[in-house]
Amino acid sequence: MLQDKDRIFRNLYGFHDWRLPAARARGAWDGTKGFIDSGHDWIINEVKTSGLRGRGGAGFPTGLKWSFMPKNDARPSYLVINGDESEPGSCKDREIMRHDPHLLIEGALLASFAMRAHTCFIYIRGEFIRERERLQAAVDEAYDAKLIGKDNVNGWDFDIVIHHGAGAYICGEETALIESIEGKKGMPRLKPPFPANVGLYGAPTTVNNVESIAVVGDILRRGGAWFASLGKPNNTGTKLFQISGHVNNPCVVEEEMGIPLRELIDKHCGGVRGGWDNLLCAIPGGSSMPMIPAEQCNDLTMDFDALVKLKSGLGTAAVIVMDKSTDIIKAITRIAYFYKHESCGQCTPCREGTGWMFRVLERMQRGEAELREIDLLYKVTKQVEGHTICALGDAAAWPVQGLLRNYRHVIEERIEARRAAVKEAAE
Amino acid sequence: MAVRRLYPEQPLSFAFTPENQAWAQREIAKYPAGKEASAVIALLWRAQEQEGWTTEPAIRAIADMLGMAYIRVLEIATFYTMFQLAPVGKKAHVQVCGTTPCMLRGSDAIIEMCKEHIAEHPHELSKDGDFSWEEVECLGCCANAPVVQIGKDTYEDLDPELFAKILQDLEKGRPLKPGSQTGRQTSCPAGGPTTLLADPTLKTEKV
Repeated sequence: MLQDKDRIFRNLYGFHDWRLPAARARGAWDGTKGFIDSGHDWIINEVKTSGLRGRGGAGFPTGLKWSFMPKNDARPSYLVINGDESEPGSCKDREIMRHDPHLLIEGALLASFAMRAHTCFIYIRGEFIRERERLQAAVDEAYDAKLIGKDNVNGWDFDIVIHHGAGAYICGEETALIESIEGKKGMPRLKPPFPANVGLYGAPTTVNNVESIAVVGDILRRGGAWFASLGKPNNTGTKLFQISGHVNNPCVVEEEMGIPLRELIDKHCGGVRGGWDNLLCAIPGGSSMPMIPAEQCNDLTMDFDALVKLKSGLGTAAVIVMDKSTDIIKAITRIAYFYKHESCGQCTPCREGTGWMFRVLERMQRGEAELREIDLLYKVTKQVEGHTICALGDAAAWPVQGLLRNYRHVIEERIEARRAAVKEAAE
Repeated sequence: MAVRRLYPEQPLSFAFTPENQAWAQREIAKYPAGKEASAVIALLWRAQEQEGWTTEPAIRAIADMLGMAYIRVLEIATFYTMFQLAPVGKKAHVQVCGTTPCMLRGSDAIIEMCKEHIAEHPHELSKDGDFSWEEVECLGCCANAPVVQIGKDTYEDLDPELFAKILQDLEKGRPLKPGSQTGRQTSCPAGGPTTLLADPTLKTEKV
């Protein structure tokens, strides 16, 4: 188990003061100028050494992503921080923004400097109104203390603009988020060109998750090698896990990457409701990831590579636990409804497919379907997956595929049961 | 996608209050010259806070302020679902999260209570016009499910009894306590933290 001395988010639950003096006492803004004096490449190399992989879901190496930014470009460069946290199950960035905002602001300065950006936009989902107020207050503190702004003590002119959305999951997709900042509907752009070449306002832009940025200060303070020593090879560091659903004590907790799922649930969440044997399945990384049935959960470790092997993914490390009382068809139908609701409507396979999948699942939930429709549903998921501009189509298809792969028998039984009931009523 | 249309009965005009107008100018100034459109969500949101819902005159006025075509701002108002396109309850508009993590912990019962105590359908005003409700998608408080958002605050770790109390308090005009309704500290495990027991100001060493 991760030791407290190796935890980055020391005010995760808000037991302590979030304001600047207290944040400084916890280590934030310590040595920041020295890191900047060490140069752009030193920071990028240190982050590369740390092995940090993006915490927003895709797990792309952060240092590598930063190195894609052009070095000599007449256009301004931008860092955009993605705080649109909307993936069902995810609730970690909220805790960073309201309880440890200075770690995020310091990380924003360091990352922006590494990429030669003088302006950073932090995009917060519209619903997080209190979090936005808190983060703005922390940004104002940082300006007042001359930690950021023009001619600041750290020696890199730097502005932060807090920008908010207004209820659209799709704006968590990096190019949709850029469109949204530009004052448009959040419809993803075709790539290439990638944001590092043509991003916000047509300028080089890197979009990083809140957690990816907020850990940068501590990585530089303690060394990339420290971060890399935690977790597993290629899956290094600490991670905020969010456990919801049928556990005794749902919570957010910072743990080592690669922690066994069972240890995570037993140590921090008081176990699965009704005991480990009452586990039906767990969704390991937010609603878009296929569920892992209980028999595969026994020695499952929570890291990118282990979960990919099981045809799922770590995503945002948002674990949704379901015990044996769960109507699994209903649970996945509700996820399908979510994606139907959140499809931006730009690509036909997603716009039509998400609604189609939801409507079929809704009938299956009641048993009002034909057995042959199960295969048909699978085919439709394959027609959505990979056929859209952004990953929302995939995200909508994967949980349904997971349901069909693992719980086909439940759907079949429900259809048969309904058929038998109708027959009996007719006789 | 959700089909969202403007309300048939619209007020005749819209204007920001002088304070909001000054705030809007500051908001626009945050963005580079020529990129005023970036402020559109913030301005629409402020207009909704001022009027209670998003009206067509407000959409037009903000388009004029930002040099945007009306259709572009109308697109924003209909695309982003936090813009209420019809009047909402005077005392409260209750947004119940119904997505799977909340559903697993009983949001269905909360929604049933809204139907019973507020109005049968979402976005429908209660008889006295004081309340309305809707089911929203994931509010991002999953470790504190089930959750409702009322105004700027979320009310977390609900069950039917706790939610009934919130409805009564709203009805009577009593102040509410945001956050967890079970007395738990934010998203810390109920019963106390399992981590972060050491002094948070202890120095860490470089490795």
